[in-house]
Amino acid sequence: MPKDHGIGASPKRREDIRFLTGDGRYTDDINLAGQAYVHFLRSDVAHGRIRSIDMAAAAGMPGVVRIFTGEDFADIGGLPCGWCVTDRHGNPMQEPKHPVLAHGKVRHVGDPICAVVAETLSQARDAAEAIVVDIEELPAVIDMKKAVQDGAIKVHDDLASNLCYDWGFIEDNKAAVDEAFKAAHHVTTLELVNNRLIANPMEPRVAVGQWEKGTGDYTLYTTSQNPHVIRLLMGAFVLGIPEHKLRVVSPDVGGGFGTKIFHYAEEAFCTFAAKACRRPVKWTSSRSEAFMSDAHGRDHVSKIELAMDAEGMFTALRTDTYANMGAYLSTFAPSVPTWLHGILMAGNYKTPLIYVNVKAVFTNTVPVDAYRGAGRPEATYQLERVIDKAARETGRDPIALRRQNFITEFPYATPVAVEYDTGDYHATMDKLIEIADLAGFDARLAESKTRGKLRGLGVNCYIEACGIAPSNLVGQLGARAGLYESATVRVNATGGLVVMTGSHSHGQGHETAFPQVVADMIGIPEDMIEIVHGDTANAPMGMGTYGSRSLAVGGSAMVRATEKIIAKAKKIAAHIMEASDQDIELKDGKFTVAGTDKSLAWGDVTLAAYVPHNYPLKDLEPGLEETAFYDPNNFTYPSGAYCCEVEVDPDTGKVTIERFAAADDFGNIINPMIVDGQVHGGIAQGIGQALLEACAYDENGQLISASYMDYAMPRADDMPMFTVDHSCQTPCTHNPLGVKGCGEAGAIGSPPAVVNAVCDALQRAGKNVTHIDMPLSPARVWAAMNDATANEGAAQPAARSSGSAEGRSLGGQA
Amino acid sequence: MYAFEMERPETLADAVAALKDEEAQALGGGQTLIPTMKQRLAQPGRLISLAGIAEMKGIDSDDDGRLCIGGGTTHGAIAAQSDYPALAALASRIGDPAVRNRGTIGGSVANNDPSACYPAACLASNATIVTNAREIAADDFFLGMFTTALEEGEIVTEVRFPVPEAANYQKFAQPASRFPLVGVFVAKFSDGVRVAVTGASEGGVFRWSEAETALSDNFSAAALDDLNVSADGMISDLHGSGAYRAHLIKVMTGRAVTAAG
Ligand SMILES: Cc1cc2nc3c(=O)[nH]c(=O)nc-3n(C[C@H](O)[C@H](O)[C@H](O)COP(=O)(O)OP(=O)(O)OC[C@H]3O[C@@H](n4cnc5c(N)ncnc54)[C@H](O)[C@@H]3O)c2cc1C
Repeated sequence: MPKDHGIGASPKRREDIRFLTGDGRYTDDINLAGQAYVHFLRSDVAHGRIRSIDMAAAAGMPGVVRIFTGEDFADIGGLPCGWCVTDRHGNPMQEPKHPVLAHGKVRHVGDPICAVVAETLSQARDAAEAIVVDIEELPAVIDMKKAVQDGAIKVHDDLASNLCYDWGFIEDNKAAVDEAFKAAHHVTTLELVNNRLIANPMEPRVAVGQWEKGTGDYTLYTTSQNPHVIRLLMGAFVLGIPEHKLRVVSPDVGGGFGTKIFHYAEEAFCTFAAKACRRPVKWTSSRSEAFMSDAHGRDHVSKIELAMDAEGMFTALRTDTYANMGAYLSTFAPSVPTWLHGILMAGNYKTPLIYVNVKAVFTNTVPVDAYRGAGRPEATYQLERVIDKAARETGRDPIALRRQNFITEFPYATPVAVEYDTGDYHATMDKLIEIADLAGFDARLAESKTRGKLRGLGVNCYIEACGIAPSNLVGQLGARAGLYESATVRVNATGGLVVMTGSHSHGQGHETAFPQVVADMIGIPEDMIEIVHGDTANAPMGMGTYGSRSLAVGGSAMVRATEKIIAKAKKIAAHIMEASDQDIELKDGKFTVAGTDKSLAWGDVTLAAYVPHNYPLKDLEPGLEETAFYDPNNFTYPSGAYCCEVEVDPDTGKVTIERFAAADDFGNIINPMIVDGQVHGGIAQGIGQALLEACAYDENGQLISASYMDYAMPRADDMPMFTVDHSCQTPCTHNPLGVKGCGEAGAIGSPPAVVNAVCDALQRAGKNVTHIDMPLSPARVWAAMNDATANEGAAQPAARSSGSAEGRSLGGQA
Repeated sequence: MYAFEMERPETLADAVAALKDEEAQALGGGQTLIPTMKQRLAQPGRLISLAGIAEMKGIDSDDDGRLCIGGGTTHGAIAAQSDYPALAALASRIGDPAVRNRGTIGGSVANNDPSACYPAACLASNATIVTNAREIAADDFFLGMFTTALEEGEIVTEVRFPVPEAANYQKFAQPASRFPLVGVFVAKFSDGVRVAVTGASEGGVFRWSEAETALSDNFSAAALDDLNVSADGMISDLHGSGAYRAHLIKVMTGRAVTAAG
C-alpha cells in the first residue's frame, strides 16, 4: 500500500495550482509605482572596438529618462567570477574584466553597449534605435583550437592570450597514465563534441531595481535560483552596497536549469539605475535577448582514450578537452569543465589511472556556464561513448564490459579525488535489464525491420556527484563561496510552522516535498507547514538551488533545525507533564511520557512556548524558532543505468526514440512522483541535446540559431513514454535523510544512451558509423550513413574538413 | 513593434480602397506579419484587417467542381473540410491550433515563404489565385522566395483548387520550426500528374517536371527510381545541406505517390 502522507508518499504538488491557474507571482508581475523601463542596445557584431557612441538624437526623444554607457560604470566593479581555477603549473587562471556595460570593446553578439531608461518600453526601444554606435569590427574568435595558437586575435587585449587556464587533473598522475597507455593491450580513441546548448527556461530573465531615498535601502527583484548569492556578489563586488542595505527577492521563478544561478549585468544595472534615476527601473528580457544574453551550456570539444588489458579491464583513461568560456567568465564557469567534470571521469568503473586535461578558452560568444548537469553530462558522455566503442572494437558485449569493470566495494576512493559513499551498480543494471525488457529486443528489432526501419539499442551507466558541496573542500578547489545551506523553522503559537530556507524552488516542488519531511518528524499534517524561500529579508543566508543540492543539503539543514525544535518542545512538554525530557516521546503530533498515559498535544506545547505561563522560564527562553546551517561532508553520488531504443529511417536519417528506461539509485526517496518528474524532465533535456538542440555560431560570430525557428527545443511528441524506476536504493551515508540528488541525473545519463542506440542501429544495418556528433539531426545521421568512410563525426562539418574535431561545437551547415 | 493604425473594413471594396494608402498593409491572420512587426522588421503605418470581410471567407464548389476557398479562410477551416482530403491534411499540420485558428490561406500564398505549405498545393493542383482585380494561374503566381505576381495593395480573395483523382502531401519537418524542410505535393489528374516542391529551393516553390513525366506514365514510387534531383540551387542551412534536401525531394515524392495510392 503506498503511503498517503509523509516521507515516501506522493501528494500532488501544492504549488502547481497557482502555477497552472495563472496565479503565480513572477518577477514580471511586479510593478512598482513610478517605475521606468530599460532597453539594452546590444552589439550586433561579435568583436569590435567602440569608436564612438552618439546619443544626441536619442537623448531628446520622448520619454527618455537617461541613457547609460560603459563610461557610467567606469568606477564601478565588474561582474565577479565565483571560482578561481589553478592551472597545471600552479598559476591562477586568467580572469578578464567583465563590465556591466561594454567599455572600449564589444565581445559577443548581445554584449550590452547602452542602456536606455524611459517612461515606457517602446520609448526606450525607439530611443535605442536613434543611438549611433561606431564600431571598428575585428575578426571574431570562434574556433577554440585556433584561439589558443600563437598570434591569435585576443578577445581581451589585456590578457596574455585567449587561454583562461590549462588544467591537469591529477597532474602528478600524468606520467603513470602515459606509461599505462604504452603498456595497454588495446586503446580506444574517440573525438567528440558536447554541443553548445541554450537553457531556455520558460520564463525569461527579469530584473526590477528599487532604491528608497528615505532609507537608502535597495531592493532587487530578480529571476534567480539563489538570491543571497546575488546579494553578496552584486552588493560586495559590483555596486559596493552592504548586505544590510540590499534586499534581493526572487519570487516564483519559471525554471532555471542553471542559467539563473549567475549574476548578470542587467541585475546590477537595474539596481544601480534605480538610484541614479531616483525611480524603480525594470527590465524584462525578450526571448531574442535571452538567446544572446543568458549563459549558454556545455560546448566542449574532447578527445578521450581508454586503455584496456587483454581481459577487458580498464587500465587507464586520458582525456583532452577544450572548453568554451565565451567572452567573459560567468559566475561559476571555470568550475564546470574542471571540478564538476574531472572528478566524474572514473564513472562507475575501477579504472586505476586517470588524467584529465582541460583548456578553457575565451571566444567571441555568449559566456558559457552551468546547465543542468554542468560538467557531469560532458564527463559521462565521453566515458560512456568510449566504452561502447571499445566494446565494439574488441568484440565484447557492452553491458558485460561495463559490469566486469564496475566498482563493487564502498566506500570507494577514485583516482580523481572523490570518495563514493554508496552505490550498487549491478543492482541498477539488473533492474534496467528487467524494466527495459532487453529480452524482448530481438523481437522488436525484427518487427522494425518489417517496416523498413533500423532499430538500435543503447545502454549506459552514469554516476554523478551532486548535493554540492563541502565548503572546506570546494574552498581548496578555488570556490570563492561556501556551499552549505540554511533553514529557519518558525513554529507559531497555534502549532503551524514556517520553514524559511535558502533552497530556492523554481519548479522543483520544494513547497510540497519539504513539508513531507517535517510533517513526518513531528507527526502533523503537511498543510500545517509552509515553505518560504526567495527573499533575503526573511530567509537566513543560503546558497540556493543548483547541483541537485536542495534536499540533500537544504533538506538536511531543515532536518537539523527541526531536530532543535523538537528537542526544545520536549523540554517544554517535560516541564508541563512534570517529567524528565529524556522520557518524552513525540509521535503523531503527541508528546507522551514513556511508561505513563500522560500526553500533551503538539499545539498545547507550541502555545505554551508563546504563552509561557506554566513554563521553565529560568532554564528555557520562550518562543519556538530555530535555525540550522548544514555543511555536507561529501557529495552525494546518485548512479544508474539507462537504456534507449531508437528507430532510424534509412531514407531520411530521422531518429525516433521508441523506448527509454532509467533505473536510478537516489538513496531514500521523499516524494516518488516528484522524483519521477525530475527524471522525466532530465531525460527530455538529454534527448533534446542528443537529437535536437544546437546553439550554432557562424565564422563571424553571428548566432545563427537565435530563435525557435532554428533552435529546436524538444516537444512532447519527440518523447516516448518513459519507464523510470528508483527502487534500487543505497542510502547516502552522510546526510540525515539518506538522500541523493535527483534533479540532474536524467540530463546526465540520457545523451550517451541515445547516441549509443543510433550507432548501434547503423552498425546493425552494416554501416560503418562509430560516432556522430550531437545533435543527431536527420541531416547529420543521413550524411553519416551515406559517407560511412569518414565515420569519426562524419556529419560534423567541423570534423569533415580536417579529419579531426575542430575546436568548435558550433554551427555551420549540417 | 512600432505604433500603427488599424482599420477593420467589412467589405472587399472598402479594404481595396483603404489599401490605396501608401502606409497601409493587409493583415490576414497575422501569424507571419505580427511576429515580424514585433521584431521591428516590418513597420506598416496602417494595418487593414481582412478578418471582418465575410465575402472573403468560406469554402464552396464552383460549376467546374473546383474547391473555392475564400482568401480569409483559416487553416483550421480548411483542415475541417472533406472535399479535398490531401489539402485538409496539409492544413491540419500547419503550426499549432492557435496558428491554424488565425492564419489564412490568402496570407500564406501572398507571403510565399519558401517553406510554406500551401504554395505546393496550389502549384500541384493547378489552382487559380483570385484577387480583387484578376485571376492568376498558380504557375504564374509564385515568382520566387517571398515574391508573387501580386501588385501593391492587391488582395487574394479566393483560391480555386481543381480536385485531383488522387493526391498527397508529404511534409518532412525542419526540427525547430516544423515548417517543411522539404514538402512535396503530388496530384494525379486524369490528364497527368503534377508534383510541386516547397522548402527546398532558393527559388521558392517549384514543379519537378521529370517526376511529373515519369509519374504520368506510371503512377508508382518505382517510376522515380532513375531520377535524381540536382543539389544546385537548393537551400543549405543549419538543418540540411542542398544535397540532403535534393535527396529528400525524391524520398518525399515517392512517399506521396505511395500514400496517394
Ligand atoms: C508557430 C508557427 C508555425 C507555422 N508553421 C507553418 C507551416 O508548417 N507551414 C506553413 O505553410 N505555414 C506555417 N506558418 C505560417 C502560417 O501559415 C501563417 O498563417 C501564414 O503564412 C500567413 O497567413 P496569415 O493569414 O497569418 O497572414 P499575415 O501574417 O496576416 O500576413 C502575411 C502577409 O500576407 C499579406 N496578406 C495577408 N492576407 C492577405 C490577402 N488576403 N491578400 C493579400 N495579402 C495578404 C500581409 O500583408 C503580409 O504581408 C506558421 C506560423 C507560425 C506562427
